Amino acid sequence: MKSLKTFPKGGVHPGDFKDLTNKEPIRNAAIKDSFIIPMSQHIGAPCECLVNPGDEVKEGMLIGKASGFISANIHSPAPGVVKEITDIFLANGLKTKAVVLEPSGYFDQLGKNIVPADWNSLSAKELQEKIFNSGIVGLGGATFPSNVKYMIPPDAKVEALVINGVECEPYLTADHRLMLEKSAEIFKGLEILQKVLNPEKIFIGIEANKPDAIDIMGNLAQESGGKIEVVPLKLKYPQGDEKQLLKAITGREVPSGKLPINIGAVVSNVGTVFAIYEAVVLNKPLFERVVTVTGRGIKNPSNLKVRVGTKVRDLIEDCGGVTDDTVKLVMGGPMMGFTMCSLDTPVTKGTSGILALTEKEIGKSVQTACIMCGRCVKVCPIGLVPTKLYKNITHRRYQDAMHLNLMDCKECGCCAYVCPANIPLVQGMRLGKKMANKKVKS
Amino acid sequence: MSDEKVFLVASSPQIHHADSTSRIMLDVIIALIPAGVWGIYAFGSRALTVIAVSIIASVLTEYFMCRIMKKNTLGDYTAVITGLLIGFNMPSGVALYVPVVASVFAIAAVKWTFGGLGTNLMNPALAGRVFVFFSWTGTMTKWSSPAATRAIDTLSGASPLGYLKTSLLDISGNISGPVEILASYPRSGFSLSMSDWFASALGVRIDPVYYDLFFGNIPGCIGEVSAFLLIAGAIYLFVRKVITWEIPAAYLVSFSFFIWMFDGLRFGTGFFSGDIFFHLFSGGLMLGALFMATDMATSPLSGKGQIIFGIGCGFLTFLIRVYGSFPEGVSLAIIIMNIFTAMIDRLTSPKLFGFVKKGKAK
Ligand code: SF4
Ligand code: SF4
Repeated sequence: MKSLKTFPKGGVHPGDFKDLTNKEPIRNAAIKDSFIIPMSQHIGAPCECLVNPGDEVKEGMLIGKASGFISANIHSPAPGVVKEITDIFLANGLKTKAVVLEPSGYFDQLGKNIVPADWNSLSAKELQEKIFNSGIVGLGGATFPSNVKYMIPPDAKVEALVINGVECEPYLTADHRLMLEKSAEIFKGLEILQKVLNPEKIFIGIEANKPDAIDIMGNLAQESGGKIEVVPLKLKYPQGDEKQLLKAITGREVPSGKLPINIGAVVSNVGTVFAIYEAVVLNKPLFERVVTVTGRGIKNPSNLKVRVGTKVRDLIEDCGGVTDDTVKLVMGGPMMGFTMCSLDTPVTKGTSGILALTEKEIGKSVQTACIMCGRCVKVCPIGLVPTKLYKNITHRRYQDAMHLNLMDCKECGCCAYVCPANIPLVQGMRLGKKMANKKVKS
Repeated sequence: MSDEKVFLVASSPQIHHADSTSRIMLDVIIALIPAGVWGIYAFGSRALTVIAVSIIASVLTEYFMCRIMKKNTLGDYTAVITGLLIGFNMPSGVALYVPVVASVFAIAAVKWTFGGLGTNLMNPALAGRVFVFFSWTGTMTKWSSPAATRAIDTLSGASPLGYLKTSLLDISGNISGPVEILASYPRSGFSLSMSDWFASALGVRIDPVYYDLFFGNIPGCIGEVSAFLLIAGAIYLFVRKVITWEIPAAYLVSFSFFIWMFDGLRFGTGFFSGDIFFHLFSGGLMLGALFMATDMATSPLSGKGQIIFGIGCGFLTFLIRVYGSFPEGVSLAIIIMNIFTAMIDRLTSPKLFGFVKKGKAK
């Protein structure tokens, strides 16, 4: 077998711990007494809230309207009554308006056999509209509104549509399970996307630690005839980053500060493709997604189909609760996820995992001065010199940090993960970007 | 979950690799121990005293500097390593104030002037050694013979490199190389029997002096003589991923190349006839290339930079050893390259992702 593809520079190999959940079929999360639905679940402008306390809503009803060019609709995850509109903090620290919903009444979609819509008669434009109306965003974590991503500038052509089934974050198995259980649906979604984007070639990138997914998707790709190719990739974090993935599969680099379409490529997550299938074929807007609830601190690690707005507390309860030695609760993957300060934090469209980590798993060590070991330099996939950036930032030399391409840092966490001096490099980068932006503005 | 537990709040990444600064430094100490034990065996308990004094002086200086600078870096073992390396770089018979001065200089002046751990411009142990070497050259070059040749050593502990350098001054005419000059040099019983054994097993007789060089039956600094155990220690560090291949490989390969190319000229045997193995295993080369040039704080960050650094070390060591007035040039070579480290780092900053040739920072 020829050697597997991967991106050339940097990257790390944290233990993947996916065996905690990769054999667990996706099951529905229980519906509890209330939902908290944030009006900002995507990159871009928050939604305009369409409901008021006391209003009755139906499952899948539009409750937040996209406001602005980069924004995405938000739909009610369940039928019920709006209790209040309140301000909450998301896991990433952002404050946003949220609808608190008490479920009651009948579900229109749950448990019903839905007649597939005849989407073949729809034009590319109508399909785009459908994607926009359904509030679909990138489910890999970036939550960029999909309809905006699929607006191809008139002078550009989609040479490659790359489907991201990499799931390079340790622990997470949501995309993996989806590929195993919903492969036919994902391929339906791909047909729809082909009509929208008209790509010359479609690649599905999957890391080698998911051989069963590579098999299943590979077989379907073969049946679909030549245009779709499954590309097994060598295990390496952060391969799921869209720029690294494009480099790994096509060998081409997206220029700094530019988008994949600049090199004729579009990247979408398998979860997103599945959501497109549900939206277009089943007429179901995006209000639920697969979330992996895992970590050594979770009693019964599981893959759950979760309605947006479900509280983390409910999910953890659903999985048997946390063990006593749990020290960290994380929303997202362990490399880029956020710690949660409140168990009432809701799941949003971008939530791929909930982790309860024990002392042993987080590998804490004392912070010392930088010993100039150069490990951060060797693992940075962008080619930055994190130690130098960090020193500039802590000395408030933001301009110098900018010249060292601070803005190209994507906060993947490789540098801080390996740093033996345990320096909070990523935290530094975030602070630096914030301060540099402030300076530019003032 | 009624009783609310408080969980940690932290910035991503939420997990961390198992390595830490103190673990790395502990590994370096572990890797140095075999060569140190050998030094104590070869040169006697006086060697142990010298090492102990060096470590104590270094750690005490670190302690005082921490008090003054209001930092606490005693827990990271770096001062222990500096002391250990200073001890390793002393002859066993050295006057005891010498390692004390070297340690104080290394820690107080070299390590802490720019703020301690990781900020020093030169390897503290090497700078300390070079400082005392030029101040007390006499006692710093007075070697003792190792246990294996003590009874038969008539040269009162001349090191192979030193003996070579002085002998070359009054030898004229063509000779085959260092080994011919070392004909009258003591060879240990161990090396004689090794040589016999290999001769019968493989059919090639290698001069016993090479075995003495490789295993460390030669006069020299306490920790530098056993190339064999230093290599073993370095392999441990390599496996533990504390050091990477770039610096040692670039250093040793470039040094060997220059020796092979030019060292024969001294003996009249022309280009491409230098005795690589004699040079590789004598003097402080292994200690320097494996443990001191690889010092993280004073070597370049990127792999490319490290290769340039290693080649520079190899070239300068060759230059000083062969053409300089001192028999050995490892310490000086590394210190000189330490000074270039910042420059090398600047010239070899990694290629940026998504930047075409004349990348603009926009
Ligand atoms: S977080 Fe930024 S600096 Fe660190 S490795 Fe990732 S891209 Fe490089
Ligand atoms: S990994 Fe940490 S200790 Fe090593 S050079 Fe980078 S910042 Fe310094």
